Amino acid sequence: MKLNVKALLTIAVVVIVALVGVIVYQQLQLSEAQKQIAKLEAPVAKLRVGFVYVSPIGDAGWTYQHDRARKVMEKALGARVETKYVENVPEGAEATRVIRELAASGYKLIFTTSFGYMNPTIKVAKQFPDTFFEHNSGYKRAKNVSTYLARFYEGRYLTGIVAGKMTKSNVIGYVAAFPIPEVVRGINAFTMGLRSVNPAAEVKVIWVNSWFDPGREREAADALIAQGADIVTHHTDSTATTLAAEEAGVFSIGYHSDMSKYGANAHLTASTHDWSAYYIKRVNDVLDGAWKSEDVWWGIKDGMVKLARLNPAVPKAVADLVAERKQAIAAGTLHPFAGPVRSQDGEVRVPAGQTMADEELLRMDWYVEGVLGKLPK
Amino acid sequence: MTGLETTVAILVSILGAGTPLVFAALGELIAERSGVLNLGVEGMMLVGAVCGFIAAAETGSPVAAVIVGVLAGAGMALIFGVLTLTLMANQVATGLALTIFGIGVSAYIGIDYTSVALPSISPVHIPGLSDLPLIGPLLFSLDPLIYLSFAALAGVSWFLYRSRAGLVLRGVGESPESAHAIGYPVIRIRYAAVLFGGAMAGLGGVYLSVAYTPMWVEGMTAGRGWIALALVVFATWRPARVLIGAYLFGGVTIVQFHLQGAGVEVAPQLLSMLPYLATIAVLVVISRDINTIRLNSPASLGKTYHPDAH
Repeated sequence: MKLNVKALLTIAVVVIVALVGVIVYQQLQLSEAQKQIAKLEAPVAKLRVGFVYVSPIGDAGWTYQHDRARKVMEKALGARVETKYVENVPEGAEATRVIRELAASGYKLIFTTSFGYMNPTIKVAKQFPDTFFEHNSGYKRAKNVSTYLARFYEGRYLTGIVAGKMTKSNVIGYVAAFPIPEVVRGINAFTMGLRSVNPAAEVKVIWVNSWFDPGREREAADALIAQGADIVTHHTDSTATTLAAEEAGVFSIGYHSDMSKYGANAHLTASTHDWSAYYIKRVNDVLDGAWKSEDVWWGIKDGMVKLARLNPAVPKAVADLVAERKQAIAAGTLHPFAGPVRSQDGEVRVPAGQTMADEELLRMDWYVEGVLGKLPK
Repeated sequence: MTGLETTVAILVSILGAGTPLVFAALGELIAERSGVLNLGVEGMMLVGAVCGFIAAAETGSPVAAVIVGVLAGAGMALIFGVLTLTLMANQVATGLALTIFGIGVSAYIGIDYTSVALPSISPVHIPGLSDLPLIGPLLFSLDPLIYLSFAALAGVSWFLYRSRAGLVLRGVGESPESAHAIGYPVIRIRYAAVLFGGAMAGLGGVYLSVAYTPMWVEGMTAGRGWIALALVVFATWRPARVLIGAYLFGGVTIVQFHLQGAGVEVAPQLLSMLPYLATIAVLVVISRDINTIRLNSPASLGKTYHPDAH
C-alpha cells in the first residue's frame, strides 16, 4: 500500500503542477488582453473588426487565405478600422468564449471562419444584438448573423481544364478528405472541366479520412501516381500532395493557396479563395449603416474564387482557353454543371439546356461520369 | 504501368511508411526491455520532428537535422527519466503527460516554421545496382534514413542478443533486484535505455518532418507514436518482429489506398483499426498463460524500482 500512496501522491503533484501552470498562463494572457483592451478603449471612432481562425495562420491553406484578406481589408480602409484576430481556436466551448470576449471588448463586426463556429456564433450573437457577426460556411443565420461561402467548384472546374489539356496518361489522381457534399462537389466540378476538353480522361479518388495528415496524404498521392496518374490534386489541407508530385516528377494542382513554392516544377496552378473584396464590402456596410443579414455565395465573378499563377509549362493556348472560360463563368454564360450532366451510371441528372440548381449543388452525394470507383456512403 | 512495377511502387511506399515506426519502436523496445514503459513516444517524436525541421531549415543540412532531432528526443526522454527514475513518479502517468507536453511544446516551438518549404533529401543511388530492374528501386535507391533504419535494427539485435551489455539490460528488465544485488547500477542503465528510446523517437520524427513529408505542421505525427507503442507489444519485444510489424502496420494504409485507387471497395476505418486489433490479438495470445507472458514481456515492465527498498 505504501507504494500506491506514493504513486498517487506523485500523480497528484504532477496534476497540481500542470493545473497551476495552466492557470498562471491563462492569467498572463488575460492581463495581456486587458492591457490591449485598455489601449483600445482610447476614444477613437474606429470600427473594430475581429476574426476567429480555426488553425494557425501558417504559410498556406484555409486560415492563411482569411488572414491575407484581413490584411488587404485593413490596408484598404486605413484609419477607419482596427482589426484583431485570434488563431488556433478549437471549435466548441472555447470558440464561444473567444467570440464573446471579442464582442464584449468592443468588436462590432466579427468574422468566424470555420464551420464548427456556427452554434457558438449564433449563441453569442443573441447576447450581443448590436454586434454584427459573419459566419463562414454555415447555414444558420439571425438578424445580426450573416453567412458567406465561396463557389469553390468554379475554380475546380477551371483547374480541371488545365489538367485535361496537360495529362498524357488521361488518369488524374484526387486525394480527398471526407465524402461530404463540399468535397464531392469539388471532385465533380473538376471532372466536368477535365472532360469538357478531354473526354477520355478519368479521375481516380482516394479518401484519406482526414483533413490533415501529411503522411497519409503523401501516401495516397504516391499510390495514385503509381497507378498511372500524371497529375494529382487534393482536397485536404496540407501541401503533401504537391510535395509528392514534385518528388515523383509529375504535375500537381493545389487547393486553398498557391502552393508553387513546394513544387516549382510540379505545381500547374491552384484553386484559391480571396475573401478580401467581401471583407471590404461588409466593413463598409457597417460603416455606412447598411449592414443586413444575408446568405452570400460568391464565385469567380466577384473575385472570391481565383486561380493561382499558371506554371510556365502550360502552353499559351491552354492559358487562353482557361481565361476565356473564366470570363464566361464570370459573365454567367457558362455554368460548370450545365447539362447534360450524367452520373456514373449514365443517368442524366441535368438535361441539356439546363443548369444545376443551388440546392442540388449543396447536397451533392453522387459522382459524375468520369470519376472512377464508388463513392463511400 | 505493369503489375510488377506497381508492386515495386507499393513496396517502396511501404518501406517509407514503416520507417518512422521502425525507429520509434526500436527505441521504445530498448526502454521497455530495461523495464521502463514510456508512453511519451508521440510527444518525443513531435519534438524531434520540429527541432530537426528547424535545424534543416536554418542550416540546410539533413545531417544537422538528424543530430538535432535525436538530441531533442533524448532531451524529452531525460525529463521522463528524471521524473520516473530519480523522482520515482508513476511511469504511465508521466508518459501520458510527456505526450501532451510534447504536442504543446512542439506546436509552440514551431510557430515560425509552419509550412516553411524545405528541399527534400535526394535518395542515395548506389551506382550500378540502382539500375537493376525491380531490386534496383526497391533496395538500392532509397532515402538514406531508410538505410539507417536497417542499420539500427541490426545494431539493436546485436546489442540485445550478442553483447554483454545487452544481457545486462535484459537482466535489469527481468529482475532489477537481482541486477542490483550483483552490483549493476540499475537506475543508470535504465536512464541510458530511456535516453536511447527518446533519441530513436526523435529520429522517427525527423524522418517524417525532413524526409518523408518535408514540412512542419502541428501534430504531424498523427498518432504514429501510439502505433509504435502498440508495435512493441505486437512484436513481443523482439527487434526483427518490430521490422515486420512496422511494414505490416505501415503497409495497411498503402495497400488500402492502392485498392481504393483500383476501385476496390474497402472500409478505410476498418483498416485503420487493424494495427490495434492485431496488437490486442497478440496480447491475448501471449497473456493466456503465465509462462508465455513471462517468456515475452520484461517482468519488471512499468514497475518503479526503489534501490533503497532492498
